[in-house]
Amino acid sequence: MTEPAGNRTALTVAVWAWVALPFAYGVYELIRKATQLFTG
Amino acid sequence: MPPAALSVHLSIGQAYAWSVFKPPLESSMDLSGTASALPFQLGIVMLGLSAAFGGTLVERNGPRWAMFVSLVCFSSGFLVASLGAATSQYWLVVLGYGFIGGIGLGIGYISPVSTLMKWFPDRPGMATGIAIMGFGGGALIASPWSSWLMERFGTDNGGIATTFLVHGLTYAVFMTLGVLLVRVPADGWRPAGWEPPQEQGHMISTADVSARNALRTPQFWCLWVVLCMNVTAGIGILEKAAPMIGDYFKDTDTPVTATAAAGFVALLSAANMAGRLVWSSTSDLIGRKNMYRIYLGVGALMYLAIAQLGDSSKPLFVVCALVILSFYGGGFATVPAYLKDLFGTYQVGAIHGRLLTAWSVAGVLGPYIVNKVADHQEEAGKTGPGLYSLSLTIMIALLIVGFVANELVRPVHPRFHEPATATADAAESAPAEKGADR
Repeated sequence: MTEPAGNRTALTVAVWAWVALPFAYGVYELIRKATQLFTG
Repeated sequence: MPPAALSVHLSIGQAYAWSVFKPPLESSMDLSGTASALPFQLGIVMLGLSAAFGGTLVERNGPRWAMFVSLVCFSSGFLVASLGAATSQYWLVVLGYGFIGGIGLGIGYISPVSTLMKWFPDRPGMATGIAIMGFGGGALIASPWSSWLMERFGTDNGGIATTFLVHGLTYAVFMTLGVLLVRVPADGWRPAGWEPPQEQGHMISTADVSARNALRTPQFWCLWVVLCMNVTAGIGILEKAAPMIGDYFKDTDTPVTATAAAGFVALLSAANMAGRLVWSSTSDLIGRKNMYRIYLGVGALMYLAIAQLGDSSKPLFVVCALVILSFYGGGFATVPAYLKDLFGTYQVGAIHGRLLTAWSVAGVLGPYIVNKVADHQEEAGKTGPGLYSLSLTIMIALLIVGFVANELVRPVHPRFHEPATATADAAESAPAEKGADR
């Protein structure tokens, strides 16, 4: 039985979002802090 | 497969954000700074030990088993620590976070390594770079998140206990993705359209070496020294980054404020994380040995530039430090692929686990050198850059030792190779795995 291509794409997007969203939050906080080197 | 590996590494990378818990624990449980560091230190020791001794089990039982064990240990470690904070029993925090959680760190760290290299035989450096970059990224997420939780729940025992509880439960859910998703490729699998190169570089193994035999080879111990020296040198700058930049430019026209120093530390974290992916991927193109020549050789030159010219230019100081930290991260991420080149994929996870004892040693050696030397220089009445000149010279010497060890790495002697029958399973998948590097 093969999985429909649409389901597979949705699953791929979902699992990448699972890890990418928290990572993006971490990177955002990092950039906020790092800019203090130039403004602090 | 990369999201599965990332879900585990982004979680266990929380370990580097332990410092967020130190001040609240110190005030609520009346602890010294040394005592509040104990859970983290025990966690790193357990990381090295569980990776070294659990590596063979990970190879035998597969990545799903390893990720599940990591999930159970890491999450239950937080739950036990939560109980300890709630009942004011600090030993339970140490036992939970340090001992139980530390086992989760070690098993989780090596869990996806060999599987990733089997899925990406054409780019093993990039594959392990993604996962190990996740370990660096874990602290970026955990640090602000933990602070945010403690702002809401409070920094007394109850607030810390609730924060630990939320961490344990959240990481259990987050890591479940890895357990559910991880798959080992079928024997003989290879990426669509990719053919193993006919000609292989002489540094590529054409056979497999067991973890037991790997320990008997000089190559393993050369790489152990390489990793230990590279990590020690990186920690040398990480450990003292904030006071160092302050001291270097204290008497100049552009002194560095405490806020700017915090920004500098954050930039170093970014370089450490980016180096894991960028340099490890680069090693797929230029070869592992050449990559380590750059880490160790150029790293030594960067240290030399800081020592000689660092206080004359702030941009130069910052750039050199960023390059050193990117090499520090890259060294971690590139080593699994180097091991694969030398020892094959047969038990590369177990071999990697044993090599990580170099990290445990460097974790003690690096901070000891820089702190001891800086204290000694201060007692001798030195100030500014003079506080660090001896430390920097020691770091350069360590990197040169690592460089020499890397030069001594040669292909493994055939007497250490496994007989073809012993690696039958691995051999069946060999066409998809061999010849990926140069």
